[in-house]
Order: sequence, then C-alpha cells, then structure tokens
Amino acid sequence: MRRFLLATAVLALGALLAGSAIAAEQLVINGSTTVLPIAQAAAEQFMKTNPDITVSVSGGGSGNGIRALIDGTANIANSSRFIKQEEVKMAVEKGRYPVPFGVAIDAIIPVVHPSNTIANLTIEQLHDIYTGKIKSWKELGGQDRPIAIVSRDTSSGTYEVWEEKVLKGDRVAPQALIVASNGAVVQTVASNPAAIGYIGIGYLNNELKAITVNGITGSIETARSGEYPVSRYLFMFTGGWPTGAALKFINFVMSDEGQKIVANEGFVPIR
Amino acid sequence: MSTEGAMRGDRVPQAAITIVAAVGLLILIFILVFLVRESIPILKIASLKDLLFGIYWYPTYNPPDFGMLPLIIGSIAVTLLSSVLAIPLSLGLAIFLSEVCPRTLREFFKPTLEVLGFLPSVVLGFVGMVLLAPWLQMNLNILSGLNMFNASVLMGIMIIPIVASIAEDSFTAVPQDLRDAAYALGSTRLETIIHVLFPAALPGVVEACLLGIMRAVGETMVVLMAAGGAAVIPRSIFDPVRPLTSAIAAEMGEAPVGSPHYHALFFAGLLLLIMTLAINLTALWVERRWRWKA
Repeated sequence: MRRFLLATAVLALGALLAGSAIAAEQLVINGSTTVLPIAQAAAEQFMKTNPDITVSVSGGGSGNGIRALIDGTANIANSSRFIKQEEVKMAVEKGRYPVPFGVAIDAIIPVVHPSNTIANLTIEQLHDIYTGKIKSWKELGGQDRPIAIVSRDTSSGTYEVWEEKVLKGDRVAPQALIVASNGAVVQTVASNPAAIGYIGIGYLNNELKAITVNGITGSIETARSGEYPVSRYLFMFTGGWPTGAALKFINFVMSDEGQKIVANEGFVPIR
Repeated sequence: MSTEGAMRGDRVPQAAITIVAAVGLLILIFILVFLVRESIPILKIASLKDLLFGIYWYPTYNPPDFGMLPLIIGSIAVTLLSSVLAIPLSLGLAIFLSEVCPRTLREFFKPTLEVLGFLPSVVLGFVGMVLLAPWLQMNLNILSGLNMFNASVLMGIMIIPIVASIAEDSFTAVPQDLRDAAYALGSTRLETIIHVLFPAALPGVVEACLLGIMRAVGETMVVLMAAGGAAVIPRSIFDPVRPLTSAIAAEMGEAPVGSPHYHALFFAGLLLLIMTLAINLTALWVERRWRWKA
C-alpha cells in the first residue's frame, strides 16, 4: 500500500512539473548586442510578473536577429537599425510582416583611452580618422603616435549607424581593427592608449574617455532632443502585429516600468 | 575481398561497415558539391584574378570589392608563424617524452599534454584579447596588441598537444633494435636521436606536423578574437590580419542569402577546403614516398 501511494505521489509530481513546463509559453528574442542589455533586464522583470512565460534572450547582431525573425526561429528581433528593404521583401515572402516598435534611443559615443589628451572632435575629423586620411594623433593636437582605429564588423547595427552618420558611406580604412561587439571595443580601447573606437552609450564606463562631437556631449538630453548628431532609435520587430506573450512583452517594454529599465541600462527612454 | 567461403555471419557486419563508410564518403562529397555550387555564382560578378589577387576586401559597399588576397595571405601567414613557433617545440617535447623522460613521469606528462589539447579555442582567444594584447602593446610599443603574432602564439599553444602527441607515438613506434644497434656501435644518445631515430620516424613526424598545420588553417575563434581583423597584407609580424576563417565567421551572419557577398564567402570557404586538401595530399605523398621499409 505504501509503495502504491509513493508511486502515485511521484507520478502526480511528475505530471505537475511536466504540465507546468508544457504550459509555459516560450518567447524567443534574438538580435542586436546594443539592445541586448535592455531585453535581458526587461525579460528578467517580465518573467517575475508572468511566471507562465519563459523568455530567452540572445545577441548576435541586428542582421542575425532579423534573419531569425524572418525564418521563424525568433518571436522578437532586437535591432539597432531599421529593417532593410531586402529584409522586408524576404519577410513578406515568408508571410511574416515585420512590425517595428521604437523602444529606446541610443547615442553612439566615440571613445579613447583615458590617457589621450583629445577631448573634442568634429564629424569631419572623425570621418577622416576612420577613412585613414588622418593617420597620427599629432595632426589633431595630441601625442605623436599613429592612430589605432577600432571598428565593428559589417553585421553590427552600431557600425551601420556610424557608417551613415560619420563615414557618410565612405569606406573604413583597411588597417582598421575589426572587433565583434561593443564589449570587445571597450576592451580594446581601454587597453590601448593609441586607439579610438565607438560604442553605444550603454557601454560607457570609467575605463574609457568619451569624446564630444562637434562640441556636444552625448547624453540623454542631447540624444532625445536630436542635438547630438550620432544618435538613433533602437527597435524591436515582431512578425505581424504581436499576439500573446510577444504582445505582453512589447507592452511591458513600452510601459513606464519598461522605460525605467531602459534608463537604468544607460540608454535614453523614448519619453 | 570476395564473400565466397566467408561465413554467413560475416556478411552482415561487412555490409553494415560498407554502408557506414559509404555514408561518410557521401557526406564529404555532398559538402564539396554544396561549396562549389554556392561559390560558382561569384565568378559571374568578379573575375578569378580579382578574387585571388585583388587587395581590397569591401564586400558590403556599393560598388563592392572582393579582393581576397589579404585574407589568403592572412591565413597563410598566421599558419606559417604558428607552425614555426610550435613545431620545433612540439618535436622537442615528443623526443623528450619518448627518449629521455623517466617512465613514471611520462605516465603523468602524456595525459596532461593530451588534456591541454582539449582547451576550448574560445578560451585561448579570450586570453589573447584580454591578457596578451595589452601586454604586447605596452612592452613592445606597437600600434595594437591584436595582431598576427598574438594569434600565432595562441595557435601554437593549440597545436603543440596535437603535434607532440602524434610525433611521440611515431618515435615510440620505432623498434628498440635500431636504438640498440646504434648504441652498440658507440653513438651517443644525441647522435642516435638525430641520425637514426628521426629518419626512421620521419613519415609519422611529418604527418604530425601537417595535422597541426591543418588545424591551424581551419581555426576560427582564436583568429576572430585575437588577430585584429584588419584586411590588409601584413608588413610585420605585429600587424593585424584577417584570415579567411575569421572573415567568414564575422560576415556570414549578415550576408543576405543569395547576394554576391554570400557567394564570395562560400568561395572563401572553398579556398580553405582546397588548402586543407592540398596539405592532406602532401601528407599522403610524403608517407608513400618515405615509408620506411623494415
């Protein structure tokens, strides 16, 4: 009799656990490493108030995220750039209409090593540095050493904005060091006194020195007002108007509580 | 190889093994065909000469440039440098393990060496990015610590276990009679190693080196994180490079399927396959030509 009761108890427990696992709705979010901190923090908070939904967040670049949305392997695509024409076409072909939600504003800050004496650069100077025209810090009034240019690979949304607003479509110098993420840029510039790089404002820390652009400091106020020239909207895309868990999550991120998380992560809330 | 006279019980395992081998071969052929099929379209857009000898790699711009020479030279340079750094060390280690090391210590050393070979390459890449790069940059006053030398040192660490382990096996496989004969004729240990042992174990040693080189050619994570990523032809060993593997890994995620960039990256993959195949064929040729006859 006792063994029978024990077996029944174990089976019931198993059924309960299995049931809760099956009942748990899955939300897969993929994409930009810039939006990643926001998505992760929001997901943690969201799962606390919605215990029946499991959210998994991963980075990999805006391009990868949108690709996953198109392929159907992600419910929400984080993107630090707007969706491209070819991507829209592919999405519609697969029956997934991409719906954008502007969830935060990002400012991209050029950074140098703390020992660097330069404090301000114009967009033209940044352009000339990154295309290789200005080769030494001396030409900018700094020390006499060559500039180590740090840039991102082409799948990065951060790079695309830098290309649009600073490079204006011109090619990055071939000798630029290409690194794979915002974190890698921080690591590279913080350990190299001759380096210059660019990162999302959320990645700024005291291992780096931020440069003002055209005399304007990149900050929450200047990004939201549009004064700071190198700023952009951050998006979350869904396939078609979101329903179920995706809708709940998007509503959460756009709510006051979600925007507080955006501000905590060092980005600019949209309102 | 006829089944006549073979017991009935032999036919089933024979058939099973044949099927498995055939499947393995088919998968390889499929991969090769797939690579070739996805690479061909790029030749409609850029000539073979531009692809192999062009020096500007700007695949995402308009108009794009698909010059792979910096990438190819990057791959070759890193492989060469890491081999030069690692192979002498590995062979020395192999000789030490097989000839000099006391038996009990060897029982401890050899497994440790093989465990070192299991170190994930991303860990090595991380070490290169976070520890080696700043150290190089500060002490050698170069532009950046993320360069060819950094990646080669890490790759060397990665291929030492492979080369040393296999070379050590070849040295141990040389029959003791040869060593005894050499000692009997009055050679010192060093003379025996150089003039008797090495030539006898040469095919195995060469194969070990070539295996290590093949590993280095195909390595992605280490070069992605520590080699710098600049698509330029290096003029010194402290220049950053962008080998083929790192270009594919960094850019494949963004290249829209079916675009010229996508096909160009597949072409890069095909080049890598050809390089690996060439090294493999060299290994076979060496083994055949120098097979030591008992």
